[in-house]
Amino acid sequence: MDILSLSAVELGTAIREGRTTAVEAMQAVLGRIEESEDALRCYITIDREKALEQAGQVQKRIEAGELTGPLAGVPVAIKDNLCTEGMLTTCASRMLGNFVPTYTAEAVRNLEEAGAVIVGKTNMDEFAFGSTTETSAYGPTRNPRNPEHVPGGSSGGSAAAVAAGECFFALGSDTGGSIRQPACHCGVVGMKPTYGTVSRFGLVAYGSSLDQVGPLCRTVEDCAVILEAIAAGGDSLSGSSREETQKVQAACGSAARNPRDSTYLGREDIDFASSLKKDVQGMRIGIPRDYFGEGIDREVAEAVRGAGALLRENGALVEEFDLNLVEYAIPAYYTIAAAEASSNLERFDGIKYGYRAKDPQELHQMYKKTRSEGFGTEVKRRIMLGSFVLSSGYYDAYYLKALRVKAMIKKAFDRAFAQYDCILGPVAPTTAPRLGESLSNPMKMYLGDIYTISVNLAGLPAISVPCGTDGKGLPIGLQLIGDCFQEKKILQAAYAYEQLRKAGPEQNAGTKEGR
Amino acid sequence: MANIISDEIIEYVGILAKLELSGEEREQAKADMGRMLDYIDKLNELDTDGVEPMSHVFPVQNVFREDVVTGGDESEKMLQNAPARKDGMFAVPNVMSH
Repeated sequence: MDILSLSAVELGTAIREGRTTAVEAMQAVLGRIEESEDALRCYITIDREKALEQAGQVQKRIEAGELTGPLAGVPVAIKDNLCTEGMLTTCASRMLGNFVPTYTAEAVRNLEEAGAVIVGKTNMDEFAFGSTTETSAYGPTRNPRNPEHVPGGSSGGSAAAVAAGECFFALGSDTGGSIRQPACHCGVVGMKPTYGTVSRFGLVAYGSSLDQVGPLCRTVEDCAVILEAIAAGGDSLSGSSREETQKVQAACGSAARNPRDSTYLGREDIDFASSLKKDVQGMRIGIPRDYFGEGIDREVAEAVRGAGALLRENGALVEEFDLNLVEYAIPAYYTIAAAEASSNLERFDGIKYGYRAKDPQELHQMYKKTRSEGFGTEVKRRIMLGSFVLSSGYYDAYYLKALRVKAMIKKAFDRAFAQYDCILGPVAPTTAPRLGESLSNPMKMYLGDIYTISVNLAGLPAISVPCGTDGKGLPIGLQLIGDCFQEKKILQAAYAYEQLRKAGPEQNAGTKEGR
Repeated sequence: MANIISDEIIEYVGILAKLELSGEEREQAKADMGRMLDYIDKLNELDTDGVEPMSHVFPVQNVFREDVVTGGDESEKMLQNAPARKDGMFAVPNVMSH
């Protein structure tokens, strides 16, 4: 059995059935890392000894019948903006180059409780500001499908690690497409759930009203199973005993199901794996005509429309429609995201944690020197823009204007979802750009986010699934967007498409990009 | 380029953002911000009169709770990542200049 060819769920099953062990799986992953990591640089931190030791402990608990879930023993990679107790968490920034959290993010803790074993922390754009993983202070990650190209971003290390077999699945965060776009560029599956589905506790904040944690993985089935695990709330408040948790919850009242993240919804409808049905009969799918205008590659457009045709042949009602306001999502998003980022990153002041400039004369100078030396160019660019749009005199004209446009965009989606179960479109207008192409022209990089960011503005769930390759062999992805809380609809459509594509006699021979 | 960012604005933004920019960085920042604001001005094509600003997609509100002590003494954990500490506190440079 070639362990590394298995999906996360297949591996979990093999471990439970005694055909392999958590330790063998971890050894296989570490072996692959040995071969390819020097060239790809998916990770910022790998702790081989700890990973093997943990795998051994988990294996014992599986054999003792204590861990019975689908992810027990499966090696996972964690984006380096999710806090992991005792393990460096840098956000790919010099600012947090020495930061060792004293607590673990809720999503990660949920995975640990499910028996998943952490391989290490993956590379990303600095503080998740970017779409290529090139703004990392620790150097870029390369795309496993073609190392001359970027893996996308900001969760580029997570996507590349999954695609390269350097883990079985990974966690990322998605503020404007940072899970779905790298998943697309690396030929894997990635999903951003409805805002509030996964706790953000322990995720280093970028745009708090937009950020969500989600999976990057090899199959839609993996995606559903992982999301089910990380969305769990229960009584697993980090670092707290059950009594402690109850005390806090009682004090907070029912308004906050989780006192550590007041926006966490504590949803009960998280049995996402129940949606894995190979059936799209009668499903209403809308393709926004305005997604296929200027700027989209012909091959990308053809692959996505081809996916729509395949779903139609199998009983879905697929039609094109006008979503409207598409071109206003980017300016609205960059205003809002920069504003929230400038506010969130004020905490990096050189006092409580992270980098501190040498020999400051006085306090204010220390703040300025620390931040100027600790942050990279793209981070400074967004903090400055954010400070500007929030400053008195410009707040109404820029920030409030963007929030009004956000309300209009949300309305446009509401109208669409009155007619359709899912929206089908591309993830990105092009396949992965070459290394170095994007840094010289940030505006061009921002324009590449056109199909992903409106989803964050409207709080919607969306999944990215491989749907072909271009002439250069680079993966193309399709995006299925659902209405708030309708993850199951897009998972069902994505699963059906994935199975149809795998089975079908297709022009895209092989169709193993998702592996 | 419609948005010409003046030296005064960059100076002001630098103060708000607590960033110290070199001469070269400052010129680059002026150009970048001007370009981005030009792009953001596209929003002015839309008539948003009567549209309520939407800060959150769900109706979230402030959550209040009784001020009860939870969690134990975590000061050692809190200080573990401090760049400088003294007597169980964060140490900072001189606050009173001159």
